[in-house]
Amino acid sequence: MSPPLLQVNDLKKHFPVKTGLFGRKSEWVYAVDGVSFEIARGETLSLVGESGCGKSTVGRAILRLFDVTSGQVILDGQRIDDAHPSTMRQMRQRMQVVFQDPFSSLNPRMRVRDILAEPIRNFGLAKSAADLETRVTALMDTVRLPREALNRRPHEFSGGQRQRIGIARALAAEPELIVCDEAVSALDVSVKAQIVNLLQDLQREFGLALLFISHDLAIVEHMTHRVAVMYLGKIVEVAPRREIFAAPRHPYTKALLSAVPLPEPGAQRNPIILGGDVPSPINPPSGCRFHTRCPYVFDRCRTEEPQLRSAGGEQWVACHLDALPAG
Amino acid sequence: MALLEVENLQTHFRTPSGINRAVDGVSFHVNEGETLAIVGESGCGKSVTSMSLMRLIPEPPGRIAGAIRFAGKDILKLSDREMRAIRGNDISMIFQEPMTSLNPVLTVGRQIRETLMIHQGLDQQAAEAHAIEMLTLVGIPEPKRRVREYPHQLSGGMRQRVMIAIALACNPKLLIADEPTTALDVTIQAQILKLMLDLKRRVGAAIILITHDLGVVAEIAERVMVMYAGRKVEEAPVAELFRSPRHPYTQGLLGAVPRLGSSLTGAARRLAEIPGQVPDLRKPITGCVFAGRCALATDLCRQYAPGLEEKAPRHIAACHYAAKGAVAA
Repeated sequence: MSPPLLQVNDLKKHFPVKTGLFGRKSEWVYAVDGVSFEIARGETLSLVGESGCGKSTVGRAILRLFDVTSGQVILDGQRIDDAHPSTMRQMRQRMQVVFQDPFSSLNPRMRVRDILAEPIRNFGLAKSAADLETRVTALMDTVRLPREALNRRPHEFSGGQRQRIGIARALAAEPELIVCDEAVSALDVSVKAQIVNLLQDLQREFGLALLFISHDLAIVEHMTHRVAVMYLGKIVEVAPRREIFAAPRHPYTKALLSAVPLPEPGAQRNPIILGGDVPSPINPPSGCRFHTRCPYVFDRCRTEEPQLRSAGGEQWVACHLDALPAG
Repeated sequence: MALLEVENLQTHFRTPSGINRAVDGVSFHVNEGETLAIVGESGCGKSVTSMSLMRLIPEPPGRIAGAIRFAGKDILKLSDREMRAIRGNDISMIFQEPMTSLNPVLTVGRQIRETLMIHQGLDQQAAEAHAIEMLTLVGIPEPKRRVREYPHQLSGGMRQRVMIAIALACNPKLLIADEPTTALDVTIQAQILKLMLDLKRRVGAAIILITHDLGVVAEIAERVMVMYAGRKVEEAPVAELFRSPRHPYTQGLLGAVPRLGSSLTGAARRLAEIPGQVPDLRKPITGCVFAGRCALATDLCRQYAPGLEEKAPRHIAACHYAAKGAVAA
């Protein structure tokens, strides 16, 4: 069996926050606190969870937009969390990112042509000026934008078109992995469908692996292979799509899924309404981090932190309930 | 008589590049105690419609024409002073972003008291007591302590509860909720939707819910109006609309939303796309507003705008080709 494209081992990222008079006392935000997973070539893994659960931090740590506190990020057998800047530069070609907001993630002063040419030049992918031109026009075709648009600037495009430019820029480097950080969340329904379809087509065509970070569970179900559910900096459940959506095991996953309003009037459903809010990641609860809101909480949950363990097949759950409540 | 009757509402804005017809001839009504959802994508005019109802459109550059009759009175003809007596009292509003719509330098209690003291003439103490009551009603724990806190000390879900408490403080007859749960996480959204349903039963206010989330619509609306490019294109009771949408735009919108559980019911199908984009509202549109993106469009559609027509009982749509009769194909 070939090794996974991306391997993340016990990743931690803690951010300091200054408190107290003159900001002398330092506390830590435990944004990501021990997360492990793998992504195979051509696979989509979705990271889901609510605001502040650390899903975006995981994406950014993998791209090494900041250094991690501890843990390993391994791309195709090579560690990148402690790689030298010159090695890192080569590795960056293999993983690219599409951000949520297509308004702030494109340089307003650059023409689309230059936005797309920049990564190609940076990584020395074009053999000649003619090759560069061919690549840039081919990218426009790939993301289904008119070639004439190459000479325009980002503000002349709608949100959906800008997101296509963002995707084309990510593809320009010919990556193996693309991190999509809420890449379709800001888009309108009809445009969102266009971009989701485009991402699926591109994945098939180029064999791309996607780390799809999203809070929209219906979109995730539509396009993912596997799902990792995060809560307060930890993964509470990882499983293939079918298992997660047919038989979620962790109480948080169940609550999350049952809370999604269905576009079917009068649909019979019994949402599990969680009380309260997500606790602060500065002082996460002891034991299981979900115990303050869990409907099944018992003594052990308050003191001992549950580890991920197999609940049969490829489904992994971090929960103490011995007989995990069924479906 | 309906509680609210809107007739041929036109809200236009003067811009350097021409007149933007954000809302262009929209008519609808809301009955007492009823929940009407207005759905559509960015720029369809749903929020401008709600701002027009509250007369919150700055004039100029905006200009509102038509008639908005609330309890029989045309509020477009009222003086600013008379309008202030209605706003926040008979008609109140919840906005999307509770952080920017609460005043950060005033305590939560002060902001609830303000409404009560202005509209109901309560004194400081009575208003304070009522504010605590309202916070209890919207399910905020420890209301006596929270009433003295500032918005930044509350979480997003709590802030939205405070917004609802302010909006309901004076027992409004009509509550306008503009994307009330869009900025919230899904488990918090479930809490707020449940709260809105409970409160509706207890308070009995009519609600206009503005949203782009079809799941939220299915959850709490009774009747739905679909807007596109500043016009109303379809209106029907909620179950009817989801079961047999008549307008090609509504059909496209429903087809573009993935359903939770889709992976379990067989092969994941491709999402339906609506090709193209919303037309520029600064240019006059002849014919059907949706013609440029519609698969069924013919010369007839490009030349003549279809009128709203009853396609089934209580189900109207503006389309030359939408099927009539009990069930659409």
